[in-house]
Amino acid sequence: MILSTPARWLLRAAAIGVLTFVYVPLLLVLVNSFSSSATFTWPPPSLTLQWWQVAATNEGLRAAVVTSVEVALLATLIAVVIGTLASMALTRYTFFGQEAVSLLVLLPIALPGIVTGIALNTLFTQALGGLTFFTLVAGHATFCIVIVVNNASARLRRMSGTVEEASTDLGATPWTTWWLVTFPALRGALVAGALLAFALSFDEIIVTTFTAGPGLQTLPLWIFQNLFRPNQSPVVNVAAAVLVVISVLPVYLANRLSGDSAGAATK
Amino acid sequence: MPSVARSVPVTPPQQAGETPAISLRGVRKEFPGGIVAVHDLDLDIAEGEFVTLLGPSGSGKTTVLRLIAGFEQPTAGTVLLRSRDVTAAPPFDRDVHTVFQDYALFPHLSVLRNVEYPLRIAKVPRAERRERALAALATVRLEALGDRSPAALSGGQRQRVALARALVNRPAVLLLDEPLGALDLKLREQMQIELKEIQRTSGITFVFVTHDQDEALTLADRTIVFSEGRVEQAGSAQEVYERPASAFVAGFVGTSNVLAGADARAVLGRDGSWSIRPEKITVTAADHTAPAGWTTAVGVVEELVYTGATTRCVVALEAGGVLSALLLNGGGNDLPTLARGQDVRLSWRPEHEIHLM
Repeated sequence: MILSTPARWLLRAAAIGVLTFVYVPLLLVLVNSFSSSATFTWPPPSLTLQWWQVAATNEGLRAAVVTSVEVALLATLIAVVIGTLASMALTRYTFFGQEAVSLLVLLPIALPGIVTGIALNTLFTQALGGLTFFTLVAGHATFCIVIVVNNASARLRRMSGTVEEASTDLGATPWTTWWLVTFPALRGALVAGALLAFALSFDEIIVTTFTAGPGLQTLPLWIFQNLFRPNQSPVVNVAAAVLVVISVLPVYLANRLSGDSAGAATK
Repeated sequence: MPSVARSVPVTPPQQAGETPAISLRGVRKEFPGGIVAVHDLDLDIAEGEFVTLLGPSGSGKTTVLRLIAGFEQPTAGTVLLRSRDVTAAPPFDRDVHTVFQDYALFPHLSVLRNVEYPLRIAKVPRAERRERALAALATVRLEALGDRSPAALSGGQRQRVALARALVNRPAVLLLDEPLGALDLKLREQMQIELKEIQRTSGITFVFVTHDQDEALTLADRTIVFSEGRVEQAGSAQEVYERPASAFVAGFVGTSNVLAGADARAVLGRDGSWSIRPEKITVTAADHTAPAGWTTAVGVVEELVYTGATTRCVVALEAGGVLSALLLNGGGNDLPTLARGQDVRLSWRPEHEIHLM
């Protein structure tokens, strides 16, 4: 598309404006985590590693990070297994109610987190005997599955079904075909889906609030509760910086992976 | 003589009595929605035979192939491979390999690993696997490209890899689903010759699906013409071409040149539908007399289509009907004098008038 010079400059300015608006606050958090001042002051009087040391020895913070990682890993694992099976069923077979199941699988990502949270909370507390670590994992798995199904289904649809037919034709059982043909083609999409699911679970707060067992704190919950306590803000900055890194890294990797393998598949 | 009544078993003329490589008995395939793709088909294919299934798209030929491969289960009837009932057997439990229309090479494996795949499944030891895969690649003249990825090959090369992969473990039957469809004409003709050669030397039964009549006639020992899920005719290239059993076959195989009804009565003095192949017809000036005993008719040249080696001359007959004559552009013809609107005489031997059922 050819644009006039003023239009080009206007669009450039808008793009810079939006990116600045999104990323400068993140940068501030990162810089503030090294600030020697205990309150939000700008510019930081001097730089120090003091808050990182305090954060490292903070039991609550450490426990929250560990819980978050455990929950995200488990929810991702469940999502990869169930999501792969679901996307195979949805793309490789036809069955009664396929359209409905396809919609139902994707719905949790569209549902407001608060609705999912309240619904799961009611189910767990009223029918299943209360909230635990595993109810939290189950809650996160509901939306993690969607990510995996979306990634895997897109790849499976692009992949010609005759490749699997060729494998069975050449003597391979469906199981062998899965290991030697389907899975290798799907691997990149599954890893990308898993990384995104992990990132999503790691910073989730609404469903977490409603499904976490008593005394359990994930990193986002910990930050939320400590943000407005006196003298905690520098440590919160450190936690936020950690959260940014742990969330952004998988998304970056997922992007690289799905880009690469998509290129290879369409070549 | 060659006409095959529907539902009468289609048996290969030679080797009758031996166990056929493939036997379809009363095979019927219905798809959801009441579409009948194959009507009660009886078909025997002999060991070592090269058979082509010829028909327009939707005629059921590919469904027959998929029924033999095991990708589809018949609604009724039985499928026998070397007299073993495989009607309910899955594709991996049939000694039949397929060359797919889109080649279906494994994109994540190298060319050599693609060809090794069936041997790997059959648990052939690694060293032997490599040796046999290289030998199979050599028969399709691709031994130098073993390390390439399928994505780095041309269409013709992919086609050869698919062929090598399907042949390497020596199946009882090789199925080919319009494998040359995506290749350009030159490459196609070259591959046809190679396929024929590979089939002859390997002795493997080939079942080749195509909608291209030239390809079907060039390749096959026997051509089976399908229309709307039924066998219209089965026979050698000559039988199918020279003695079409029905108007459909006459029209689908070769150029349709049919005189029917009032036109047939006026030109031939007989009732019914009659086909005369264009190359059997001689074109002369209108005042020439036809050789004694030949059928003859005069008409006006409607169209002249020059196609290099031949010219097609479309003539509207005075008595009614239109016939095409195919003239070789050799030195012997007085073609330069032919022009649109000219009066000409067409003549042919009466034995070239084929009665269509």
